[in-house]
Amino acid sequence: MSNIKLKTESLNAMFNGQKAVDDVNLEFPKNTITALIGPSGCGKSTLIRTMNRMHELTPATDATVEGKVVLDNKNIYDSDVDPTLIRRRVGMVFQKPNPFPTMSIFDNVVAGLKLNGLRDKTKLREICESSLKGVALWDEVKEDLDKSGTSISGGQQQRLCIARTIAVQPEVILLDEPCSALDPISTSKIEQLLTELKKQYTIIIVTHNMQQAARVADTTAFMYLGKLIEVGKTQKLFENPKEEMTENYITGKFG
Amino acid sequence: MNADKIFKQFSSVMAFSAIGIMILIVFVLVTQSAPVWQEFGLDFAFGSDWNPVEGRESYGVRPYIYGTLITSFLALLLAVPISIGIAIFLSELAPPIIREPLSFIVELLAAVPSVIYGLWGLFIFRFYIRDYIEEPVINSLGDTIPIFSGIPFGLDLFTAGIILAVMIIPTISSVAREVIYAVPATQKEAAYALGATRWEMMRTSVFNYAKSGLFGACVLGLGRAVGETMAVTMVIGNTIGAQALPESLFQPGQSMASIIANEFNEADPGSLHPSALIGVGLILFFFALIIQLFSLYLRERSLKVGEVLD
Repeated sequence: MSNIKLKTESLNAMFNGQKAVDDVNLEFPKNTITALIGPSGCGKSTLIRTMNRMHELTPATDATVEGKVVLDNKNIYDSDVDPTLIRRRVGMVFQKPNPFPTMSIFDNVVAGLKLNGLRDKTKLREICESSLKGVALWDEVKEDLDKSGTSISGGQQQRLCIARTIAVQPEVILLDEPCSALDPISTSKIEQLLTELKKQYTIIIVTHNMQQAARVADTTAFMYLGKLIEVGKTQKLFENPKEEMTENYITGKFG
Repeated sequence: MNADKIFKQFSSVMAFSAIGIMILIVFVLVTQSAPVWQEFGLDFAFGSDWNPVEGRESYGVRPYIYGTLITSFLALLLAVPISIGIAIFLSELAPPIIREPLSFIVELLAAVPSVIYGLWGLFIFRFYIRDYIEEPVINSLGDTIPIFSGIPFGLDLFTAGIILAVMIIPTISSVAREVIYAVPATQKEAAYALGATRWEMMRTSVFNYAKSGLFGACVLGLGRAVGETMAVTMVIGNTIGAQALPESLFQPGQSMASIIANEFNEADPGSLHPSALIGVGLILFFFALIIQLFSLYLRERSLKVGEVLD
């Protein structure tokens, strides 16, 4: 049995015909964390947005995809695939915390479950509690579940967004620079959380922060100008990169 | 004095003139309507008698308040779903090629002079309403539901409400479109990422985020409807006094704006009639002011939702 949860095959992603991701082949093994690194504009965010079909929703542009993204042996770009079902299986956490401001903390966590049609109050409460515990937020907010989702700090909001994502029990979690708007303490909390979450989920994280990649990722992939330059075990890639470009980037010569 | 200073003082004077005009209007409305308030007290606001004949003068505004509120809310009832639909289509669904011209045309509806809507209602639309809506509804429901009873006429509260609805659609839809447009992409992505369909995304992200702004847009439309004069005067039927308190929507009535427009010309300066009409104006102004303030408050609150996120 293959251990590969998700893979891309000859994947291209375009904005108005311009390639942002150029012929990327990558494999993401189950229960691992893969970090995508590279300078701004290298296509790493676009790449993960193709993996839950968010790319095609980018407003005001003609965003298209060629090639395959294979989730459990099924290409998610096949014409018989419903993208909303893919997004339930492949969750996403964004750069800026984006809880729903007019909803309570509780409603934020269970928003996805309600979309799935779950109405059972006790069930919702149970999942809310386990999700918030899963992101180590429960003790901080258990008294304030009816307060607004934006009444808590930025770091807490981001953990709330992760709780919202895991509440629907996805198989893969995509994180697009989840800590770039957070302070170091919140960042380290989220990093700890990720190593905990990988027991249950396959995680792909885009990050600008190379230390972060080194700390949390099993595998790291370096991208440049839309192309995948190098991928390997994180330690190996940082200590002994094969490509000169990778070395230049991680030693800070450019980027 | 240098040019900058002159310019600054000039524009300050212009800006403060707006406040000055406001104060003057209130002053005129209050002082000029004082005689009728002195004569009738609160009966002026709540009474339903209206008789300008010398020696038998009696004025009560209740029927016209009723007419204004009924027609305005009817307009709102019809215009809100249409306007929100237009706003959603323009902001979320329409391809750019359609979006621009369609927005333009919707805004253009607001540029049609009120009297044109009135003419259309008076000479054409009323007959369609009379024959295709009022007659069948009265025949089938008139006996059981009082608000649908009466004789089909076509110049009544119902027609006024429909004409008003058409007139406030551009107001509501353009404000609603702006409000929906202001919902950040991150909010929409949050819903999509949870597996929402487009409609579920609208419900979860857009409506929740923008609800007080959308409500504000509707209240702004209400404000327009309350003050609208010409078109309403032409189609509302123009009854006076207790007659203007029909229990059916299909009967002629009168609004605050239309009674003023109808009678200002024949009000005898020696009588209380002009004072009564100005009193109606004062009440109308009061309604419009409250509605406007409420709408502003709601839209401000909607914008604050966004600030929390930054």
